[in-house]
Formats: sequence, structure tokens, C-alpha cells
Amino acid sequence: MSTQKTSNEALLWMLFSAGGVIAAFLVPVHIFLFGLAFPLGWLEAPSYQHLMQLVRMPAVRMYLFLLCSAPLFHWAHRFRYTLYDGLQVKHLNEVIFILCYGGALLGTAVAGYLLWRMA
Amino acid sequence: MNPSTAKPVAYTEFHPRWYRPRVSVYWWLGEWRYLRFILRELSSVFVAAFVIATLLGLRALRNGPEAYARFQHRLQSPTAIVLSTISFFFVLFHTITWFNLAPRAMAIRVGGKRLPDFVIAAPNYALWLVVSVAVGWLVLR
Amino acid sequence: MADKIILEIARYSPEQDTNPHFQAYEVPVYKEWVVLDALNYIKDKVDGSLTYRWSCRMGICGSCGMMVNGEPKLTCATFLSSYALRTNKIRLEPLRYFPVVRDLVTELSDFLLKLKKVKPWLIRRDTPPLSEGEYLQTPEQLGSYKQFSMCINCTLCYAACPVVGLDPVFVGPAAIALAQRYNMDNRDQGAAERMAVLAHPEGIWGCTFVGECTRVCPKHVDPAGAIQQYKLRAVLDWMRNLLPQKARPEGGQGESFNR
Repeated sequence: MSTQKTSNEALLWMLFSAGGVIAAFLVPVHIFLFGLAFPLGWLEAPSYQHLMQLVRMPAVRMYLFLLCSAPLFHWAHRFRYTLYDGLQVKHLNEVIFILCYGGALLGTAVAGYLLWRMA
Repeated sequence: MNPSTAKPVAYTEFHPRWYRPRVSVYWWLGEWRYLRFILRELSSVFVAAFVIATLLGLRALRNGPEAYARFQHRLQSPTAIVLSTISFFFVLFHTITWFNLAPRAMAIRVGGKRLPDFVIAAPNYALWLVVSVAVGWLVLR
Repeated sequence: MADKIILEIARYSPEQDTNPHFQAYEVPVYKEWVVLDALNYIKDKVDGSLTYRWSCRMGICGSCGMMVNGEPKLTCATFLSSYALRTNKIRLEPLRYFPVVRDLVTELSDFLLKLKKVKPWLIRRDTPPLSEGEYLQTPEQLGSYKQFSMCINCTLCYAACPVVGLDPVFVGPAAIALAQRYNMDNRDQGAAERMAVLAHPEGIWGCTFVGECTRVCPKHVDPAGAIQQYKLRAVLDWMRNLLPQKARPEGGQGESFNR
């Protein structure tokens, strides 16, 4: 029980909370539009040009970066605890920790790279 | 009970043997409330899946109109639609449980009395609607 | 409503059994009887070897908790009639996630150790002299922690919390709620000491907000809410500790959460 470990958990929980808030507010409408409404033709899908126009704006890139990064940390924390509790795989502590937060960091890096080099 | 057939008592240092059942790996199936909790936690997997799909979409956008058209086409396949529908419901479940539980973490007192939960949850729902409409408008414009 | 109901009670004798088994007893149903009355009836008239805890029979001592049809309940507060209307059997087991000493009696020393660990008493760094008078507390200040002070240590919340079952080192809902009760008391100065004990993976961070503890609490303490508030406070403390000593805002270490 080192103080190092306590500060890690507080930060990780904060990331989980922030990611949870962003996921709660933004992800439903995005899935509805891009996963259901546009593919099924309920609403007219935006053109490639319109989307590229949006994505070129720095504000939109920041928004997309947040949308792709924070929810991944939300997933990492929640999934890590679900594996601990749901499957009782506590003995794989370190492995799960690295896979979850490592995955979130990787996703964040990919999002950063893609959005930086978008246009 | 015939003493001669009784099992010998297993004593630990100061007391007789306790009964200590192990919690089963399937503990979460034992009760509907536990199952609902695990489903709530698993909604995070669908959130992560959405992020991956979005990153793939961004990559397709970057690779040009034909690549993006192929990506859109793949989103129309029956598997994709089924996955999108399931994801949508799970993510909705996340949103609703999140807004309903968030007030418990905040003990905001006004005039000596704690604010009831829905006073904190309701503005969240309202803001959610506003933000969703705003995103939709930006994308559809 | 039937005039009799069957109680299926878990029996375990450490001297004779390796596993518990169920024994059925038929008891009369009176509309004012609670499950505890039925247990006392069995012990008095049917089987004197039945072993269980009880004391005040009015929901304040916290002794009589057990699993009634799979739900953690105080038997002195659970009416037979609410089951007799729907079923002819009630299943009684000792509280979940605790070792069983005998029949319906659980071993609580682990819980008591956890309770002691969080220091559920007023901690002062300084003791003002008597001439300065009493510690003053307004009704609003009392209101900020009163709910958490209602805990009767009945451990129903421990029986409801899956994390308690899965992680024996997890401090648990009641202990954290009681720590928060003292943290929020304006007379207390021990918040930092308790934070050091609780702000680690087997303390508050082990909680995944299942919420079952709050649902089963007979005194409406809301331990889940207490834990989430504690988490927020721990995050604020962590952020404050990032700043160098001089830049830290007032009222951090050693002060009550509620000034």
C-alpha cells in the first residue's frame, strides 16, 4: 500500500469518470446517426466533402480527439474491474492492468495521429 | 447423535471449523440485480467498440472518397446493423444509469436540505438532448 | 392468508457437519409476527438447538440480520405475512460472505477489524482548553453527516455487496460510510489519517458502485453515496497534493471535510 499506488487509483478513477460523462452525453447520438440512421437511410448521410470540411476545423478535431480518447479510459477502468470481479482473475492483475490502460493509450495515440494528419 | 460415529471436530487455534463457502465464478448469474450490474459494466465494451469504429471511419475519410464509400457500405451490412443496434441500446443503458447514479456522488445542500436526486439528474438529461440535437444539426447541415 | 408457513432453515454444526443442510419447521402465522418471532417460537417449542442472534427486536441493535429468501434482512423487521401471502415457504440462511460459526450465526471479527481500521471516532490534532467552551455545531453541519451516523453495524450491506464476497480484503460499505460520517463532522480533524487508510485499492477504489448496499440498508444510510462522495474527495486531495506545499489551498490535511 504505497502512496504511489493510491495516487494512481485517484487519477484512473478521474479518467474513468470523465470518459463516462463524455460517453454518456455524446456516444448515443453518434451511434444513432452513423450506425443506424445513415446506413439505413432514415436520414440523408452527409457527403464526403461536408465531412472533410467539418474535420478540417481545429475545434472539430479537438472534439473528435476527446470523443475517441476519454471513453477508452472509461472502458479501461471499468473493464479491468469487471475482469477482477466478474471472472475473479485477480491473479492476472498486472497483465489486465497493462492490457486495459495500454489499449486506451494506444487508441489515444492512434486518434491523435489520425486527426493531426487529417488534411 | 451417537458420539462414537461423530466426526472428529477440526479445531483451529481457538475455535471450531467455520463454514466458509467460496464465491462461485458465476456469482453474477445468481441474481437479476447482479446481472444488470455486470451488463452495465459491459456497456463500456460497446463504448470502446464505438471508438474503434470511429477511428476506422476517420482513417477511411483520410484515405479518400472511395475508401470512405467502402466504409459506409460496410456499415450497411446486416451484421453491422445488428451490432450497431445492440451497441446503441447498451450505450443508452450506460447514459441512463450514469445520469441516475451521478447525483449520489454529489451531496449538494441548499438551505440546509440535500437536493433530491432528480434535481441534479434532470438538467443532465436536458443537456444531453440539447447536445445530441446540436451534433445532429452540425452533421446534417 | 394461510395460518401456517414453513421455514426452511440452514443448519450447520461444526462438530457434526462439513456443509450446512436445511431443516424445515412449520410455524403459525399471526399478522403481527415477524420472522424473529417465528425463530423464537421454534427455539422455545420445537427445536432448542437452533442458534441465531437477536437482541432489541426493534431494528436498532443490528444483531438479527440474515438472508430471508436470498435477501439480507433484519428478522425483527420482516413480517411473516408479507411472505405468507405469496408463498408457503421461507428460506433462512446466515448472512452471505461471512464465515458461519453455527446455524445462522456469522463470524464478525473481520468486519470489526475493518471498522477499527477506519478510526470511527473523533480525531483531534489539537485539544482547545476547556475555558474556550464547547465545540459548536449548527443544525446544517449536523445535517451533512447525520444520515451516515444512522448505521447500526448490522452488516446487511456486506451481505449484499459482491465485492465483499470476491475480495476479502475490501473494507466494505459500512466502514467507509462511518469513516465519511466522521470526516464530515466539523469537530473532527482526522480526514487525512482516514484518507491514508482508505484511499487505496482495498479501500474506496475497490467499490464499483453496484448500489446493493444502499438498497438493503434498513436505516437508509446510503453507503454507496458515501463512498462515491469519498472518491470525489480523494481525487480533490490528490490534485491538491500535486501542488507544491505553499500553493495548496486552505483546509487540506487534517481538517474535517466540512468546515
